[in-house]
Amino acid sequence: MNEPVVNESVQRMIPQRSQGSFRRLAGSWETLLIFIAVAIFFINVQASPYFLDPWNLSDATFNFTEKAMIAFAMALLIVSGEIDLSVASIIALASTAMGFALQLGADTPLLVLVGLGTGLLCGAFNGLLVASLGLPSIVVTIGTLSLFRGIAYIVLGDQAYSGYPDSFAFFGQGYVWWVITFEMVLFAVAALVFGLLLHRTGFGRAVYAIGNNPTAALFSGIRVPRVKFLLFLMTGVMAGVAAVCLTSRLGSTRPSIAFGWELEIVTMVVLGGVNILGGAGTIPGVVLAAIIMGMVTFGFGLLNVPGIVMSIFIGLLLILVIALPKVLAAAAARLK
Amino acid sequence: MDNALLSLQGITKVFPGVRALSEVALELYSGEVTALVGENGAGKSTLVKVLTGIHSPDGGQILLDGKTVKFANPHDAASAGITAIHQETVLFDDLSVAENIFIGHAPRGRFGLIDRGAMRREAAVLLEKVGARIDPSTRLRNLGIASKHQVAIARALSIDARIVIMDEPTAALSQQEIEELYALVETLKRDGKAILFISHKFDEIFRIADRYTVFRDGEFVGRGRIKETDSASLVRMMVGRDVEGVFPPRTSEIGEPVVEVSGYAHPTEFDDLSFTLCRGEILGFYGLVGAGRSELMQSLFGMTRPSSGVLVIDGVTVTSSSPADAIAAGLVYVPEDRGGQGAITGLPIFRNVSLPSLSAVSHEGIRGGFVSMAKEFALTQKYVSRLELKASALDQQVGQLSGGNQQKVVIAKWLATQPKVIILDEPTKGIDIGSKAAVHAFMRELAAEGLAVIMVSSEIPEVLGMSDRIFVMRAGRKVAEYDRDSATPELLVRAAAGIDGSAQAA
Amino acid sequence: MSHSRDVLLGLAVIVLVGVVSLRFPGFAAPGSLAGVFNDSAILIILALGQMAVILTRCIDLSMASNLALVGMITAMINASFPAFPIAGLIVLAILIGGLLGGINGLLVWKAGIPPIVVTLGTLTIFRGLIFVLTDGQWVNAHEMSASYKAFPRAEFLSTPVLSWFAVLTIIGMAVFLTRAPAGRAMYAAGGNPNAAVYAGIDTGKTRALAFVIAGGLAGLSGYLWVSRYAVAYVDVAGGFELDVIAACVIGGISIAGGVGTVVGCVLGALFLGVIKNALPVVNISPFWQLAISGAAIIIAVILNARAEKRPGRLILERAVAAPVANVSRSSAAQRGADSA
Repeated sequence: MNEPVVNESVQRMIPQRSQGSFRRLAGSWETLLIFIAVAIFFINVQASPYFLDPWNLSDATFNFTEKAMIAFAMALLIVSGEIDLSVASIIALASTAMGFALQLGADTPLLVLVGLGTGLLCGAFNGLLVASLGLPSIVVTIGTLSLFRGIAYIVLGDQAYSGYPDSFAFFGQGYVWWVITFEMVLFAVAALVFGLLLHRTGFGRAVYAIGNNPTAALFSGIRVPRVKFLLFLMTGVMAGVAAVCLTSRLGSTRPSIAFGWELEIVTMVVLGGVNILGGAGTIPGVVLAAIIMGMVTFGFGLLNVPGIVMSIFIGLLLILVIALPKVLAAAAARLK
Repeated sequence: MDNALLSLQGITKVFPGVRALSEVALELYSGEVTALVGENGAGKSTLVKVLTGIHSPDGGQILLDGKTVKFANPHDAASAGITAIHQETVLFDDLSVAENIFIGHAPRGRFGLIDRGAMRREAAVLLEKVGARIDPSTRLRNLGIASKHQVAIARALSIDARIVIMDEPTAALSQQEIEELYALVETLKRDGKAILFISHKFDEIFRIADRYTVFRDGEFVGRGRIKETDSASLVRMMVGRDVEGVFPPRTSEIGEPVVEVSGYAHPTEFDDLSFTLCRGEILGFYGLVGAGRSELMQSLFGMTRPSSGVLVIDGVTVTSSSPADAIAAGLVYVPEDRGGQGAITGLPIFRNVSLPSLSAVSHEGIRGGFVSMAKEFALTQKYVSRLELKASALDQQVGQLSGGNQQKVVIAKWLATQPKVIILDEPTKGIDIGSKAAVHAFMRELAAEGLAVIMVSSEIPEVLGMSDRIFVMRAGRKVAEYDRDSATPELLVRAAAGIDGSAQAA
Repeated sequence: MSHSRDVLLGLAVIVLVGVVSLRFPGFAAPGSLAGVFNDSAILIILALGQMAVILTRCIDLSMASNLALVGMITAMINASFPAFPIAGLIVLAILIGGLLGGINGLLVWKAGIPPIVVTLGTLTIFRGLIFVLTDGQWVNAHEMSASYKAFPRAEFLSTPVLSWFAVLTIIGMAVFLTRAPAGRAMYAAGGNPNAAVYAGIDTGKTRALAFVIAGGLAGLSGYLWVSRYAVAYVDVAGGFELDVIAACVIGGISIAGGVGTVVGCVLGALFLGVIKNALPVVNISPFWQLAISGAAIIIAVILNARAEKRPGRLILERAVAAPVANVSRSSAAQRGADSA
């Protein structure tokens, strides 16, 4: 037991990986999601002959692309151990700001700028409260959830803005090529950008470190407040992007726009395998979760199942996919 | 007093990857104090958790009055008359002192509701008994460390127990409070309680214990009566060899000053601290737990801002608003709380090591900002192999490693930043003897390479064996400074506990 | 420290009432204030349930959905069996609500799923179930029996029954949370879960109990809400879960667990209630309400954080001769004086 410490003349090299890449992939959450996605795809094909129509499929993407754009940024935020429940309200405020600018005679480029700028400001406000003042993000963003949408209500009341210029319609209604919508392109670009940011950059490393253990991350020289602030900023901007798309698609602004989306977006992120407590999760997982939720919605829609029943399914899915691994692990431990 | 009140036989406790207790035995007798002796990581704390029902043992049996008992939860243990004063204070900051003493077993009035008046009165009696001058309705958050400890002791006594476990009860107490605690132990002995006393301080053990039991690396080594042993043989049992020659000899040349700290102060934690540290020097910081040493180090590292004071590294004044600034200035800190502050246990080894060096392991040119995994692995390999890390792969989670190897990951992380000054806070606490020796040897190597090393340690042999100079703190202030040659264990203990050295010597 | 906070919040509510009644003296009349309390009664009941959950370091987003589902069930029972006694209906509402809360509690306790995920899921499931039950149909006033609709408005000691339910809940929760061992366990389990284990408190069980209490109160509120407004449909109280959390946050219930008083919680709910009732009086569009409660939450959370700000460890001895215990007490008193 008290062997002397021997200095080996040849230093032992430690292998880089404990498992081959195939085994790592096979055991991953994303693989499970791919199986679920394929299963739902075939169920949908069986259930409705209209499902495989390219134009139908293209139309169906609208029900997740805007939410997913925000979900990517939200994924990083949740990996870092924070959350932003105000995103849907940011959409409402950004859309209202665009409508307001429209009344003042803004043209399409300016409208987009106003939408993105509003998102940026809202994100900065959240970031300031959470990162600089150290307040709990769940409470802060419940507050800004009320505040941002509340401002939209103050401005609009029960009125609506409409009459957006035709050129503005492209963002939410335009096609880039054949059935490929502009929103699909944005979705893909956002997935790529946030995927690279989280998985390939030092910033992404810092995000994981903070989510795993914010104290140890700080002790390792990570500027935790700065990283968190930037994450809120990004989430705000993506909500601004979604606001541009959604406003363009609907062609009007009401203060109730995107009501309740925050919970759908969080569900999407969590379903994608992001740990709600922080520290783990991937962008490919969120992409798959977005597609699964989109297909479920679309498939049920084809079968004339009302949206609220689909929400039961999504709610159950959320609880089951998180409970199952834990319950199985507990059962396995008990068997031992 | 021939029959043991409580007897543990063949108790085994296994955690994933660690055999914390391996068929250990222990006997406690009414009206006697049994000292449990062992190094950090010997399994003492695990044993306390088994005795108090927090962990259930994987093997062996516990006999109370000769009858087998099982503790499924802390409540069972308390009902069987076992109470403990835990090492870390496990209390509730936002509850009152009275409630902290009685939570879980408060006196009940009508309808089974808590009788708050009775609770306050009984709390006052208990506080009086432990010599604490605290108002029972104070919120715990507003108490100092020593007072919190007294509340913990009062809580332990609130259960009318036959067996009292004291896990390093004097670690944070001043000399006067320690004397009051000894008096309390005498009272408990007279009342016929069996006391298990865990301590690192030999003078204390020889003063109040009647018997001893020694553990080493989770195994039972021996037991006997205190009268029939001496400290040298206890140490031999504890460590498994003689203490002499355990520490590597000094090989470094002490160079020019690197760090100059002057007038460091904080409103509640420390005051008026100044020292100089040279290249190749190891400066030891000794003091009781809670003397403000870690707080000073964390302030130097940029975690908290001092209210006044200047830190100069290599002639440049450093003002850090976060550790990132301190690291950039060449000062790094290996914290005492390895799992909480040092390593990110949920992440793989290589991601821990590269964390403060992310810009160094990034691509250059057009892919700038993107991390190069090849560079990351190369950097990690270089430093962990220098530290002889034992791991199955570099992508293994740090949490799966033993304490000693986790510590090596933390040190490797810092060496990769090529620092000028390294602060190690209790660097060998809770790690096995092999790793301990490796860490000690490595500290010497670092000093020999010209690093300035600060070591905070509460273990006197380590402080004496490793330091070139020793700085002693008490209650947030510097109380003494010794050369390696002039320091003795007695001097350090007296200075740290606040006994006037000159008066005692005269 | 938390008591002084309650006093401050109480003063804020009084000042708010005072400012409004400066321009509209009728607002501060006893009858008008009783009306404000009656209007806030359901929010108070729900906030007290949420408080228990938040104390244990959890959160319940499903309370409004629970309320809507149970409210719908009581309305449907009443529409089909008008003879079913109201008292039985109320007991049933509390039981069903408690059962739904128990599902949340079990998933948090036994399956170890984070509370925010569990209740995010049950939020959509409970509300979806209303649709499954009704196929989207409403239960309208004319389908409800007269006694069903009249009960919350019935007066006892010239105070509506609705207000009495709030009063009883306040008293019940106050006694439970300050005097009952299980209530104190909630503070302990949320304040320091690690230490709670040493004190023999089962954190998981305590959390589950908090969810059952929140569920039961949501069920009770379900009957009160639907009978008061005399209509039941899928979107009843949609989004109200956030108002409930807002009341708790304004009331000083720390989202980190273990801190908060019943008085604070009630004042938080009343604060929102006063604003809601004052807006039409001072001729501000009700559309301002959402933004004002949002701003109130943000201000409250900033103030809470300042009050809870941890001082450094008390290591330095202030006076050379005094023993440590006395020193820390006097310094605590100093800090108390500073913050007051």
